[in-house]
Amino acid sequence: MAETRGNNRNGDVLLRVEGLKMHFPITQGIIWQRQVGSIKAVDGIDFYINSGETLGLVGESGCGKSTTGRAILQLYRPTAGHVYFQGVDLTQMKGEQLRRQRRKMQMIFQDPYASLNPRMTVGNIVGEPLEVHNIARGKEKRERVMELLRVVGLNPYFVNRYPHEFSGGQRQRIGIARALAVNPDFIVCDEPISALDVSIQAQIVNLLEELQEQFGLTYLFIAHDLSVVRHISDRVAVMYLGKLVEMTDRDTLYENPLHPYTEALLSAVPIPDPQVEAKRKRIILEGDVPSPANPPKGCNFNTRCPRAMDICFEEEPPFKDVGDGHYVACFLYE
Amino acid sequence: MDTLLEVKDLRTQFFTQDGVVHAVNGISYELHRGETLAIVGESGCGKSVSVLSLIRLIPQPPGKIVGGEVWFDGQDLLKLDEDDLRRIRGNRIAMIFQDPMTSLNPVLTIGQQVEEALQLHLGMSKHQARQRSIELLEMVGIPDAAARIDDYPHQFSGGMRQRVMIAMGLSCNPEILIADQPTTALDVTIQAQIVDLVKRLKNEVGMAIIWITHDLGVVAGLAERVIVMYAGYIVEEAEVNDLYADPRHPYTLGLLRSIPRLDRVRQEKLQPIEGLPPDLLDPPKGCPFAPRCKYRIDRCWEENPPLRVVAPNHRAACWIDVTDVTGAQD
Ligand SMILES: Nc1ncnc2c1ncn2[C@@H]1O[C@H](COP(=O)(O)OP(=O)(O)OP(=O)(O)O)[C@@H](O)[C@H]1O
Ligand SMILES: Nc1ncnc2c1ncn2[C@@H]1O[C@H](COP(=O)(O)OP(=O)(O)OP(=O)(O)O)[C@@H](O)[C@H]1O
Ligand code: SF4
Ligand SMILES: [Mg+2]
Ligand SMILES: [Mg+2]
Repeated sequence: MAETRGNNRNGDVLLRVEGLKMHFPITQGIIWQRQVGSIKAVDGIDFYINSGETLGLVGESGCGKSTTGRAILQLYRPTAGHVYFQGVDLTQMKGEQLRRQRRKMQMIFQDPYASLNPRMTVGNIVGEPLEVHNIARGKEKRERVMELLRVVGLNPYFVNRYPHEFSGGQRQRIGIARALAVNPDFIVCDEPISALDVSIQAQIVNLLEELQEQFGLTYLFIAHDLSVVRHISDRVAVMYLGKLVEMTDRDTLYENPLHPYTEALLSAVPIPDPQVEAKRKRIILEGDVPSPANPPKGCNFNTRCPRAMDICFEEEPPFKDVGDGHYVACFLYE
Repeated sequence: MDTLLEVKDLRTQFFTQDGVVHAVNGISYELHRGETLAIVGESGCGKSVSVLSLIRLIPQPPGKIVGGEVWFDGQDLLKLDEDDLRRIRGNRIAMIFQDPMTSLNPVLTIGQQVEEALQLHLGMSKHQARQRSIELLEMVGIPDAAARIDDYPHQFSGGMRQRVMIAMGLSCNPEILIADQPTTALDVTIQAQIVDLVKRLKNEVGMAIIWITHDLGVVAGLAERVIVMYAGYIVEEAEVNDLYADPRHPYTLGLLRSIPRLDRVRQEKLQPIEGLPPDLLDPPKGCPFAPRCKYRIDRCWEENPPLRVVAPNHRAACWIDVTDVTGAQD
């Protein structure tokens, strides 16, 4: 059935992001707060997601993945740029109009412990969006909730239990059921399996894939585990310090990475096979990621790049298509 | 081989309001001089408790080491008086923890903390300790160590803090370094730096390492021998190549099959292990893996299989022989 997803690769664009920036102010002073700088969490990114596909978004901690997801859903109002969802620009909307659009877009969070209200029953957690969006109430709501629990592989009779009575994997299923309640078209999955045990991760990945097929969902799948991203994504975007450095289809990215950062990232992933590990050569990146409050001049990656040239310290490489929808931001490919 | 540490039938429990948590249920193994031994298993299976018990760092109460022996240099660490144990802990057996922020003191500089360990354990003078600290920080790859030694922990990144912890762990030339998930909180590129560093240092210093992790990828590149834990038991133990090429416990097999691999053709579907690990407050009577096991037989519900030799240097705790029931590759 993965074929149906593949076929959609050339399908309609569901979401298009243009020049998206999300800067957070850094302020100083106790009485008169004045802005002394800004954290450039997301600093001008462009990408699109086709209807029915999964775009993986990978990168190191703090590079701006979650902020991107939130800015798309307008949970943060972007500093600049546009987010076109089904052709309409969400950044220009507010109030009731925006609320109606939001119903089509949901989010699943990383931490299955912190993201569920501990004082609400599972029934109320999953049913709340049904009431908020006037979809169902009373007996109808209850039936819909039980149906949703069944869909995500939980016992429907859990409706009266509280989150603390569940394991991490089960809580993540509750979060997924809640996201599905309003029949969304698009879900931002923000590290939905990172907090789970290895033996449980595969259960949730399979569930997300089954739900995608069943309901024709489109995903933005945020993660830092590149093996899982390869498994679940149709295309993958790689982020570094607030910018996208590369984006292409899954197989091309893993077989023919162009950006030096993507190369290093892939080479750092340990392979669970001692024979393979013994023979592998690793690109070990020096140093740490610079602060997003003070990114380097020129290419963002120049402080750690093993292949940096003079121009990389002067100018910023554009993010552009080098052929067949393979986007990269690097002067090696100018 | 030269045995450095011998653990015999170690048992640790927690006596809580809700009942007795059976965290470590009689585990036995040896650590050889200079080897890297990995302990893998999922959250809550008893990895940390099992190594904290070795050097009696279990919070007591509610914890209690209810049985076993830990032989190191002709002495049972579990019977040693507190003064003698303190001389071994942090000195001949050093430990680094998962979260370097909680294990470094935020109000002391990096230098003060490394120097203190050297003065305490090796009786160095203040001046000697400072010189040695700078050397150690350079050795673990802190750039411009002489200048950064007076920084506070919050001025360091996560990867740098973990390097400091490693420097402190190594400061007394320990014979055993216990590393409890030292890279779990770090990014893959930083993890690769740390793993690379530890491998290099191990060759230089010649210590033995017990490395705890969830990550079967890291283990493959780092360990010589592996212990797989499940629900407070060792369910499999083997040399690293044998464990991956010829896993003998259904849990190990399941874990290896459930993870997607970057170096293989993408599978259509992942193969999860269904179900959940057991509740250690109320452990099952038979094999702890039985409720999730694809290969179980009636006996598995009744009796817990002992860890026994299944091949040279290879032990597993299972009533069946998985090589009978699994194809070579499926
Ligand atoms: N509300 C906020 N106010 C100020 N700074 C923020 C805020 N949210 C995020 N940031 C900063 O923006 C940067 C990007 O954060 P973000 O959470 O998007 O990263 P991420 O890629 O999701 O990282 P992780 O993998 O750790 O989840 C970080 O430097 C972070 O500290
Ligand atoms: N102080 C404590 N009080 C009660 N139970 C405890 C205590 N410390 C640990 N336990 C229990 O002992 C069991 C083993 O815990 P341990 O910390 O060894 O797990 P672990 O394998 O290290 O897991 P992780 O991978 O999450 O670190 C768990 O079920 C845990 O809940
Ligand atoms: S003893 Fe039985 S239940 Fe346990 S792992 Fe072996 S076959 Fe499975
Ligand atoms: Mg995030
Ligand atoms: Mg632990």
